[in-house]
Amino acid sequence: MRAIDIIAGKAYPLGRPNIDTDVIIPAHHLKTITREGLGQFAFETLRAEPGNVFDDPAYAGAPILIAGDNYGCGSSREHAAWAMADMGLQAVIAPSFSDIHAGNAFKNGILTVVLPQDQVDRLLAVAKDQPITIDLENQTVTTPYQDRFRFEIDPFRKDCLLRGLDEIGITMAMDDAIATHEAKMHAETPWIEGAARAA
Amino acid sequence: MASTPAPRTLYQKIFDAHVVEQRDDGTALLYIDRHLVHEVTSPQAFDGLAAAGRKVRRPDLTLAVPDHNIPTTARADAQGNRLAVADPQSAAQLDALRRNAPLFGIELIDDLAAEQGIVHVVGPEQGFTLPGTTVVCGDSHTASHGALGALGFGIGTSEVEHVLATQTLLLKRSKSLEVRVDGELGPGVTPKDVALAIVAKLTAAGGAGYVAEYTGSVFRDMSIEGRLTVCNMSIEAGARAGLVAPDDKTFAYLQGKPRSPKGADWDRAVAYWRTLASDPRAVYDKVVTIDAATIAPLVTWGTSPDDVVAITGIVPDPAALDDPARRAAAEKSLAYMGLTAGQRMQDVTVDRIFIGSCTNSRIEDLRAAAAVARGRHVAAGVKQALVVPGSGLVKRQAEAEGLDRIFLDAGFEWREPGCSMCLAMNPDKVPAGERCASTSNRNFVGRQGPGSRTHLLSPAMAAAAAVTGRLTDVREFA
Repeated sequence: MRAIDIIAGKAYPLGRPNIDTDVIIPAHHLKTITREGLGQFAFETLRAEPGNVFDDPAYAGAPILIAGDNYGCGSSREHAAWAMADMGLQAVIAPSFSDIHAGNAFKNGILTVVLPQDQVDRLLAVAKDQPITIDLENQTVTTPYQDRFRFEIDPFRKDCLLRGLDEIGITMAMDDAIATHEAKMHAETPWIEGAARAA
Repeated sequence: MASTPAPRTLYQKIFDAHVVEQRDDGTALLYIDRHLVHEVTSPQAFDGLAAAGRKVRRPDLTLAVPDHNIPTTARADAQGNRLAVADPQSAAQLDALRRNAPLFGIELIDDLAAEQGIVHVVGPEQGFTLPGTTVVCGDSHTASHGALGALGFGIGTSEVEHVLATQTLLLKRSKSLEVRVDGELGPGVTPKDVALAIVAKLTAAGGAGYVAEYTGSVFRDMSIEGRLTVCNMSIEAGARAGLVAPDDKTFAYLQGKPRSPKGADWDRAVAYWRTLASDPRAVYDKVVTIDAATIAPLVTWGTSPDDVVAITGIVPDPAALDDPARRAAAEKSLAYMGLTAGQRMQDVTVDRIFIGSCTNSRIEDLRAAAAVARGRHVAAGVKQALVVPGSGLVKRQAEAEGLDRIFLDAGFEWREPGCSMCLAMNPDKVPAGERCASTSNRNFVGRQGPGSRTHLLSPAMAAAAAVTGRLTDVREFA
């Protein structure tokens, strides 16, 4: 996974709440068996609206999206994160995210930044004509004006994003601890293993 | 002197029992007991394993079932030969699962098997889902399995790959939410109405960061299938999982299921399952209560599952909303839905009916719909009325009870099991501009097909809408 540190540039000032993953990538585009190529279909239903931010040349190629609360709600489809990454998004700023989507975004190197609504509103206003800078190491979002908003992030996720680590590789190195749990399960709750396959 | 352990919620008990390693930063590596795999969210995960030369750690705890893409029309010819799937992309995903499952040693319940169905219907009815287990699937409606007292939640494809490789997930503990519904449900009020009432009360984002536990007399009295409907829609309120403490109903439901524990294992399992209830003094981070008597038969009017109104109500007026963002969203919803503020819900005519999905495709759902359809006929204005059983076993049971005849005689179509018209990934779609009364879980823009308009409601209400051709108060059919 690509390491990220500073993300700076234009931001799509979307600002709408409850952007669900069906809106990010409709189900009829889920029939792929690869991770690439979904960017062209991202936000298809919003892009059907005249004057939408995604087709506004002022924001073309923006690495940041600013949305309303509950971003990424609904379906667990990771295709939403793949589509966002494929269209060049590196970060989303919103007052809140769906748990599943935030996890999917993280696993695809997309930073999710949670800020209070008033700060998001301020960034939406600034982003109309100015760039936004996200500094992951220092956990801040800044603008060319005096704005400096601090955000919280899970330390493990921060470390993985800064170093571009492969989470599966990290967990596989913990094989002993996993085997210990399996031995306990085998002894104390044997039906869990024994019953999974039909007799 | 031994200290008294702190009281814990059911969620905390299940979580604690599966911690492989607790990290200082508050996250934990959690062991996964059950992994359901379907064709849409797994191909990239299997490719990732193959590319890294990794194996599936516990194929014996993994079960694969195709459901999202699969057509619900006949799947085999008279000789039992598999019919080709017309959409080449759907066929490619189904073929990928058919190729990957044996390659990685995973059991596959494929399209022609009698046990095939929607993963969230198959898991419980096979006894694959058990109380106190952790259940994951690359599908957000994995919350359903909480109805049996299992911690079930949806994951993305990278997490599917992580579970396949390690049988674990790295997770942060969720906060706990008690949703208590006490009292008597009124006539015509079903588990689906309870689910919609909860989503409306919490809002679509209200449960984010929480695992819900459903408590109170309504859930104690509710059947396992009803609990599955309620837990299924936890995610529509943002809660990644929903739980009901296992009880005698749960054990009776599971006893004798194909994969349930047998003999001495069964007795030992039940003794353990009886410990799986929240301690009396356990503290939830948030508590929401609903009086059962206040829940009416419900229907959605907009494009978010919390856009809920009583069937006797009217389309709400966006101008009444204070928050400008919410007002704008509501205006867009109404424009998309082709509805006007103040319009009576019961005057809204429908083009299609869908009875099915992981929310409402079990035998009790089909019985409830059939009770309304019996001796009546689908209205002339309705272009299509689909009944799609959740699994081959549900279909067989319904046919043994003669429900298929009731539906067919009334002008409904009787289909093969699958996700069908819930999500527009297979040939069952709602065309642009058409309106569907649907027992599924999501009314999002374009969910049932580009431009489709969805009204979520209960199976009985869907059957009533089929008969009258408009959204209808099922109590008129009592």
